[in-house]
Amino acid sequence: MLIYTLKRLLQAIPTLLIVITISFFLMRVAPGGPFDGERQLPPEIEANLEAAYHLDEPLPMQYLRYMGNLLHGDFGPSFKYKDFSVTELIMQGFPVSLEIGGLAILLALIIGLPLGIAAAIKRNSTVDYLVMGTALTGIAVPNFVLAPIFALVFGVLLAWLPAGGWNGGALPNLVLPVVALSIQQIAYIARMMRASMIEVLGSHFIRTARAKGLNEGEVIFRHAIRTALLPVMSYLGPAIAGIITGSVVIEQIFGIPGIGRYFVQGALNRDYTLVMGTVVFYGVLIVLMNLIVDLLYSALDPQIRYDD
Amino acid sequence: MTSESKPYSGDNADGAPLPAGGPNPPRAPEPETTAAPAASAAPAGESLARDAWRRLSQNRAAMASLALLIAIILVCIAGPWFLPWGLAEVDWNAFGTGPTLENAHFLGTDANGRDLLTRVLYGGRVSLSVALVASFVSLVIGVLYGAISGYLGGRVDNLMMRFVDIMYSLPFMFLVILLMVVFGRNIFLIYAAIGAVEWLDMARIVRGQTLALKRREFIEAAHALGVRDTKIVTRHLIPNAIGPVIIYVTLTVPKVILLESFLSFLGLGVQEPLTSWGVLISEGVDMMESAPWMLLVPSFFLAATLFCLNFLGDGLRDALDPRTR
Repeated sequence: MLIYTLKRLLQAIPTLLIVITISFFLMRVAPGGPFDGERQLPPEIEANLEAAYHLDEPLPMQYLRYMGNLLHGDFGPSFKYKDFSVTELIMQGFPVSLEIGGLAILLALIIGLPLGIAAAIKRNSTVDYLVMGTALTGIAVPNFVLAPIFALVFGVLLAWLPAGGWNGGALPNLVLPVVALSIQQIAYIARMMRASMIEVLGSHFIRTARAKGLNEGEVIFRHAIRTALLPVMSYLGPAIAGIITGSVVIEQIFGIPGIGRYFVQGALNRDYTLVMGTVVFYGVLIVLMNLIVDLLYSALDPQIRYDD
Repeated sequence: MTSESKPYSGDNADGAPLPAGGPNPPRAPEPETTAAPAASAAPAGESLARDAWRRLSQNRAAMASLALLIAIILVCIAGPWFLPWGLAEVDWNAFGTGPTLENAHFLGTDANGRDLLTRVLYGGRVSLSVALVASFVSLVIGVLYGAISGYLGGRVDNLMMRFVDIMYSLPFMFLVILLMVVFGRNIFLIYAAIGAVEWLDMARIVRGQTLALKRREFIEAAHALGVRDTKIVTRHLIPNAIGPVIIYVTLTVPKVILLESFLSFLGLGVQEPLTSWGVLISEGVDMMESAPWMLLVPSFFLAATLFCLNFLGDGLRDALDPRTR
């Protein structure tokens, strides 16, 4: 187990190197620079600025310098948000993104799993059709459509909840973004849970459990659900990645100061270091999450052993 | 009658006769809609495609979705010819009016006085073409990559799949966004970028199929006959892996449409004067309070298309998956 974990962490290094290298050079070949503005800066000032940020060095030198700093955990200064380092911006934004993302995943599991289980037990009944129809709608209506409609209906027309803003993470401000972010995942999880539950309910060990006289509740809760949860667990990795991408839009719509918004703004503003920082940060996050999900999976399923 | 217990004969996809095994009860004559020439020469069996089509046509939800999908596609292609307004044509008498029969603004106009129905249909052309081309790109890359990797096996396979693993853990959405920012919002780039992102699952699926297939007798027979490797891959392996591939393509298409809309929504998609459903939705969001139809109309088209594609994908999976027989 420990060896497997170490191996996976070692494998993550080339992945991250690729991410960093691609995004570094992509940003630099882009036309336009961080100091392009409405007003043309005098050439001397621009030269000074470039020197201050080491942008006047040859590209390979800049790359090596960036990598060196990265090894020390230094993402460099932001070009647009003056007086802030990228690390500071990420550390400001991440707790916010983590809060809505984490809550959204939790909500998706709390609602999606029971729905899927109910649909599987009552297969081909009204409950099943209702749940699956709703789930399909959740998949077909993307969150960037749902979110503004939520904001309009609950925020503006009914005025039950604030239509946007963060307000230090107050509960009313959390509701709409978290719900909008989780709906698609609820739909996916409910569908997966239903499919996996139906497969498990048809298997031999469930027949055995019934044959030896267990009541239906025990069959479902003690035997079926545990087994059926496994494929859904392995979906959590992609789900987390999906929530992260989704939050880019959701943060934009609800005006939430998370990392997603920094990323989009940074990309549009050619804020090299900020974009690089967010991409690297998300890369590390996704790699770690996938690893955790895989380890969790092996802990739950005795058939899977990572011995090598 | 529908539940003839015959083995999943993937090697029958090209309409070759089935190995004559098991009695085939006489069937009621079926409309010869999809009959391939070879199928008529093989009365003992049924080509996989025909079998799948029969099963699919019994699935009402899938057939309704297919019909609606075809309708949406036809309307997007032909509709603009019959509408009096052009894509960027401004009606100086109607800025941001709601749906009305007057001046043929059936679904209203946007804030700049452009007819919304016309724009939605043109946007549909873009969104659907992105879906088609990008899915095709991912299909070609994924199938070839997966088939080669699975067929060659050994160290090459290991290396190729390790590469796929690395690609999997890249935060792709961000790289696509970077690409769009860097190279400008070009529709051909969108085709390529999305296609290049979506081939990974396809490669894994095809590799798995290939691994299972390449030990089968007919591949051995091909070897024994001296068929070249490239020909075995293209003529024998890929056609036989086609079932799961079709299922996966129907699931890729909605993903691609969604991805394009997502990019367009962030302002990174196609550029004016071109438009797409994602662009229209994002314009609609800005005008949501004063002109809700601007959000609702393109959202409806997008959602209906995604809905149909998902239903169709589910139906195809049921029709092609041997385990559900």
